[in-house]
Amino acid sequence: MGLDTLAARLRPVLGDKGVITDRQQLRTYECDGLAHYKVTPGLVVLPETTDQVAAVVRACAEAGVPFVARGSGTGLSGGALPHADGVLLVTARMRRILEVDVESQRAVVQPGVINLQVTAAAKPHGYYYAPDPSSQQVCSIGGNVAENSGGAHCLKYGFTTNHVLGVELVTPDGEVVELGGKAPDPPGYDLLGVVVGSEGTLGVATTVTVRLMRAPEAVRTLLAGFPGTDDAGAAVSAIIGAGVVPAAIEMMDALSIEAAEAAVHCGYPDGAGAVLIVELDGPAAEVDQQFADVERHCRETGAFEIRVAADDAERALFWKGRKSAFAAVGRISPDYIVQDGVIPRTALPQVLRSISELSADSGVRVANVFHAGDGNLHPLVLFDEDVPGEAERAEEVSGAILDLCIEHGGSITGEHGVGADKVKHMPRMFTESDLDTMQMVRCAFDPAGISNPGKIFPTPRLCGEVPGRRRGVHPLQEAGLAEAF
Amino acid sequence: MSPPVSVLDALAKATDGHAERAGDAVRVAGVAASWVAWPGSTDEVAEVLRVAAEHELRVVATGSGSKLDWGVAPRAVDLVLRTGRLDRVVEHAAGDLVAVVEAGVALAALAERLGAAGQRLAVDETVPGATVGGTVATAAIGPSRLLYGAVRDLVIGATLVRADGVVARSGGKVVKNVAGYDLGKLVCGSYGTLGVLTRAAFRLHPVPVARAFVSLAAGDPAGTHAAVQRVLRGPVVPTAVEVDRPAGDSTPATVTVLLEGTGTGVAGRTRQTVELLGAGATARPDPPEAWGRHPAGPGDVLVKLSTAIGGLRLLLEAVAAGSAEAGLPVAVRGSAGVGVLYAGVPGGPAAADPGAVRQLVGGLRRSAPSWSGSVVVLDAPAPVRAAVDMWGPVSGLDLMRRVKQEFDPGSRLAPGRFVGGI
Repeated sequence: MGLDTLAARLRPVLGDKGVITDRQQLRTYECDGLAHYKVTPGLVVLPETTDQVAAVVRACAEAGVPFVARGSGTGLSGGALPHADGVLLVTARMRRILEVDVESQRAVVQPGVINLQVTAAAKPHGYYYAPDPSSQQVCSIGGNVAENSGGAHCLKYGFTTNHVLGVELVTPDGEVVELGGKAPDPPGYDLLGVVVGSEGTLGVATTVTVRLMRAPEAVRTLLAGFPGTDDAGAAVSAIIGAGVVPAAIEMMDALSIEAAEAAVHCGYPDGAGAVLIVELDGPAAEVDQQFADVERHCRETGAFEIRVAADDAERALFWKGRKSAFAAVGRISPDYIVQDGVIPRTALPQVLRSISELSADSGVRVANVFHAGDGNLHPLVLFDEDVPGEAERAEEVSGAILDLCIEHGGSITGEHGVGADKVKHMPRMFTESDLDTMQMVRCAFDPAGISNPGKIFPTPRLCGEVPGRRRGVHPLQEAGLAEAF
Repeated sequence: MSPPVSVLDALAKATDGHAERAGDAVRVAGVAASWVAWPGSTDEVAEVLRVAAEHELRVVATGSGSKLDWGVAPRAVDLVLRTGRLDRVVEHAAGDLVAVVEAGVALAALAERLGAAGQRLAVDETVPGATVGGTVATAAIGPSRLLYGAVRDLVIGATLVRADGVVARSGGKVVKNVAGYDLGKLVCGSYGTLGVLTRAAFRLHPVPVARAFVSLAAGDPAGTHAAVQRVLRGPVVPTAVEVDRPAGDSTPATVTVLLEGTGTGVAGRTRQTVELLGAGATARPDPPEAWGRHPAGPGDVLVKLSTAIGGLRLLLEAVAAGSAEAGLPVAVRGSAGVGVLYAGVPGGPAAADPGAVRQLVGGLRRSAPSWSGSVVVLDAPAPVRAAVDMWGPVSGLDLMRRVKQEFDPGSRLAPGRFVGGI
């Protein structure tokens, strides 16, 4: 079945507006947030219900056509990169919040719902949804589930996987399965635990049950200016070493501060070689005492200026510089790569020194922004595509930074995912057996390999014949050689 | 022609001599095994599992054996793989709040080791003697799950030996990591049916300076439900919110809240919690009796009840009704703030009549949709096992069977112990 036939088959199911075949319109979906990978999808569908998603996936399965699910398209690893000969299943019309169950501290939402809208729906009841990727004003819950998205506050509260209690999943053969729900620990394997973060390779989540958390009684935020990243790193160690678990600790170096100032005039301390944003939240009685300790640790490790947010507006200003950092780098460099790697937090000073050596040796500038509390680095590698050779050099430096992460026992991605972008780095972090074992799960869910193929795994595993997985009419029956009883 | 190598010889070779014929006492839920092996490293576990594959041995892995009888009795056991020699804390990176631990390490020993650095793995020992491996395999965790998450939330890396003897790792030793599938979560609660966990990396937490327990005799299911909700909706961020209702209808349930933090912080939050719970609430520095322990011992019937937090009242009412109808004394204890409770029925032929237990479990399962939960019989005497469906209905069973088929196509790892005969 060609894509034209597939489109004709799906039109009655989804309506004319739910099936896009116009070349010009298809091109608007050619990339996600990682814009240098571009593929125009063969067909775009916009389902509104679980049944419609299942119908699309069944049609793909029967036709042997690959499909890629996409939420808001803000991902930074090319996880939603389409297939030229495949279907792009866009969840943008699945935007209903189905239930807010305050007593059970759960919300049940469709996958196209925007992250921040969950918090907006919970806020009148005094609750919020904890995972807060920087793109939370636009990114979708379905995309968060696929990527196991993090955010600045996951140091204390964990990632999407710790806050999703259930999904209704359309499996790659078009079956609808409930994994988990409002209650914890459903009997059986924790399939939800592998589905979250599987980057769309195990099916499409059509309903998501998330945990709502009670809004903290107190939030205290400070901004501290340090002479350099070593001092700021020492402050982080002192804070964590004292047994404090802040809601967030974010660090920016001189170059990223410069970019943020140019873009959003955040007014960070003059002459700072590094700034730290430290946020504590929780019961007022706890936060007050711990906040005093944090201030002291910052001062003792060399902070020359400490500002404490007096109100929400000032807190927002502190965060503005940090949250705009990626885009802000555009002010000081025509092109840049946003890297995402993780190191054990204690290796921070050593790794930062190695990055600055890499930068000096290659002549490629690197701005550093990171979630310092959990060692999640976001080096921004700057280059100018119009200068011959610069893009290649930047790519090399960016890859070398990931090598540093692996050498120090870290990870090639802390929150952006492997997607299409880091497939080539997976064998540096995992052995063939590790990857083979992960793909056993893939084979169980998607033996035909049609759900977002080409992502995460460098080499697809050939899935064996699985007994008892026949769909539809048995061939013997179809041939009139047997009857079903 | 040389004689074929015997299974025992091969196991002894794989474990540097740490293998023997099983005595009659080596049983898994009553099923006798033929051999016991004590591999001392991941490589030795791999070698043992290769020997097992070659000789088509059915294998059950165990640590201290504290939960070895949980789940359905396996269809057959040839080899019991003990993790007692996998007892090393491989790494404690205190500055990173991470520990890498072998499967046979006891939770109590680990607590002592980490405690010296002011840190802990926030997993309560719910059954005395529990090891890291068994805790992961059964996803067993106690009261502090409310604040720190389940075992699955604390495991950041896992080393697993597959049924074919291949070693696989997932995750790593950093908390934030989204590279590849998270097999550590898949292994949590898999009852040894997908592979043998030899090593796990955990996220740690600082040991708090102060703690307090605030309790209230909360009365009937409605009163208990309301008390739990008042605490959860308050600002106090409890580490645990537990319910304890002894067997017998006249005894009221007790709600106990654990608060942990700084000295002044805990003092202030204790006052707030006493106010939230209302008249009759009392604070104390030490845990109440049997805190975090299951309401059943060896030989008793132990049932795990999971519920939406808001379904607590309906769950407690269903237990009371079921207890009265079946004529069984049922004690309930567990994490009301999380939605995981345990019910215990005293064992013994006179007390736990198999028909009555079946009636109780059946009734609870019929009402479970109203609290969005599930009912699993974890442990029971043999006659009760024969009479009840221990795991009950399972959503996604077909996918689970396919996962099992991929990992263990010969169905040799704890065959039949898990859901749907897996």
